[in-house]
Amino acid sequence: MIALEPYLDLIISVVYVVGIVLFLSLFALFATWLERKVAGHIQDRLGPMETGGWHGWLQPIADAIKLLIKEDIIPAAADKKLFKLAPYLVFIGSLAGFAVLPFAANLIGSDLNIGVYYVIAVTSLVVIGILMAGWASNNKWSMYGAMRSAAQMISYEIPVALSLLIPVMMAGTMSMVEIVDNQAGGFWNWYVFRTMPFSLIAFVIYFWASLAEVNRAPFDLPEAESELVAGYFTEYSGIRWAMFFLAEYGDMFVVSAIAATVFLGGWYAPFPFLDIIPGPIWFIGKTAFLVFVQMWLRWTLPRLRVDQLMYVCWKIFLPFSFANLLLVGLWVVLKG
Amino acid sequence: MILHFLTQAVFWFLVILTVGSAIVVVFNKRILHSAFALLFTLCGVAGLYVFLSADFLAASQMLVYVGGILTLIIFGVFLTARMYNMSIPEQTHQRFLALLPVLGLGGIIFYVLNSAEWHLITPMVAPTTENLGKMLLTTYLVPFEVASMLLLAALIGAIRLARPRKEDHDD
Repeated sequence: MIALEPYLDLIISVVYVVGIVLFLSLFALFATWLERKVAGHIQDRLGPMETGGWHGWLQPIADAIKLLIKEDIIPAAADKKLFKLAPYLVFIGSLAGFAVLPFAANLIGSDLNIGVYYVIAVTSLVVIGILMAGWASNNKWSMYGAMRSAAQMISYEIPVALSLLIPVMMAGTMSMVEIVDNQAGGFWNWYVFRTMPFSLIAFVIYFWASLAEVNRAPFDLPEAESELVAGYFTEYSGIRWAMFFLAEYGDMFVVSAIAATVFLGGWYAPFPFLDIIPGPIWFIGKTAFLVFVQMWLRWTLPRLRVDQLMYVCWKIFLPFSFANLLLVGLWVVLKG
Repeated sequence: MILHFLTQAVFWFLVILTVGSAIVVVFNKRILHSAFALLFTLCGVAGLYVFLSADFLAASQMLVYVGGILTLIIFGVFLTARMYNMSIPEQTHQRFLALLPVLGLGGIIFYVLNSAEWHLITPMVAPTTENLGKMLLTTYLVPFEVASMLLLAALIGAIRLARPRKEDHDD
């Protein structure tokens, strides 16, 4: 028997990483099913009903098997190396965000001192991956999709970062666990409801801007199916396409989880007496609710035009974010 | 023992990643492949910062260089007109003349590396953010503000240059 103790950290890390990958895959499966059901009911139809019997619950698994055994097509004119590499980059950028999500006080990949900043930094990889996919496909639609996506993600990174700064300023730390701990004891302590209305404005700006960050409707111009077929992943099929899809749903989870962490009290229950329900359930529940709102918006709102997209970012979100930042700064100073 | 080995393995992986992709950046004939190879160089450097326990710097490296500058470079290549027909010089000319600055620069770097007094410190796991923030707003406030003014001026200048001029339309 080898003494395991020195390697305990290592083993826990490996188990956690494997767990997160599994969680991400399961979440993506569930989310595709939910998306179809939400879309169906909003459009006054039922969505998948056949596969598996109860409300088509096996549909995502059937889809996953289909994607796994599908032929992997690489266009003859594509830049093959970059074409193969791009889905991995996008997926890594999405997965890396999970490292700092606090499912509970002790259930976190790494409670980095720079947690919030880290998430904003690693999402840069996604932009590069998308640009790479668009270029390597050697296709006009892919190229336009990639350019739009990169322009959009870079622009909206600024309001996202500025609105995330507000809870960071209120908590005085960028560590995810400490930010959540500062919101303990009931929903009136959550940052979204403190310093009304400034933090509420920050939350709203964050939520909208994060929709643009993950290329979801009404900001889904990069993959606008009515004009660009599927944008930057037009040429992808099978498992490589599935990786883009996985990354998109992973990103949806990450941005919603960050909103739940820094604005909605993370793993804490809305009322202290409900704390008997374990933290991860609250955390995943809040996140899943925000993911549901993202889907709800997608099937409700029309797509923006490019100029409207830039107008909203630079002329509405940005000035409001800056004013917000100054006022919350004043609040923090006055409160001492 | 295994932990030490793993740390070493990760370190050498980062070193090879950084240097290897940097070589690709310099020698690749296709400009876009060079740009994408730069991604791995920048990520490798960010990893090395983590080894130096400079967590904030590593994240900034990712945010500024990968998210900003590299994207800008790739956009620059994308938006270059007639990218496919452009003849990019692919041969090396004037090898002997080029040798002079190469040797000169190499000598300077070698000299600095040799003559500098390297202080070996035990790596700190303590976060750097707090000290950085304090120093930026006290000791280094003036350089910080000067740098931000410079960037703001560059931003306004770029917008001024990129804007179509009025007289162009009138003519």
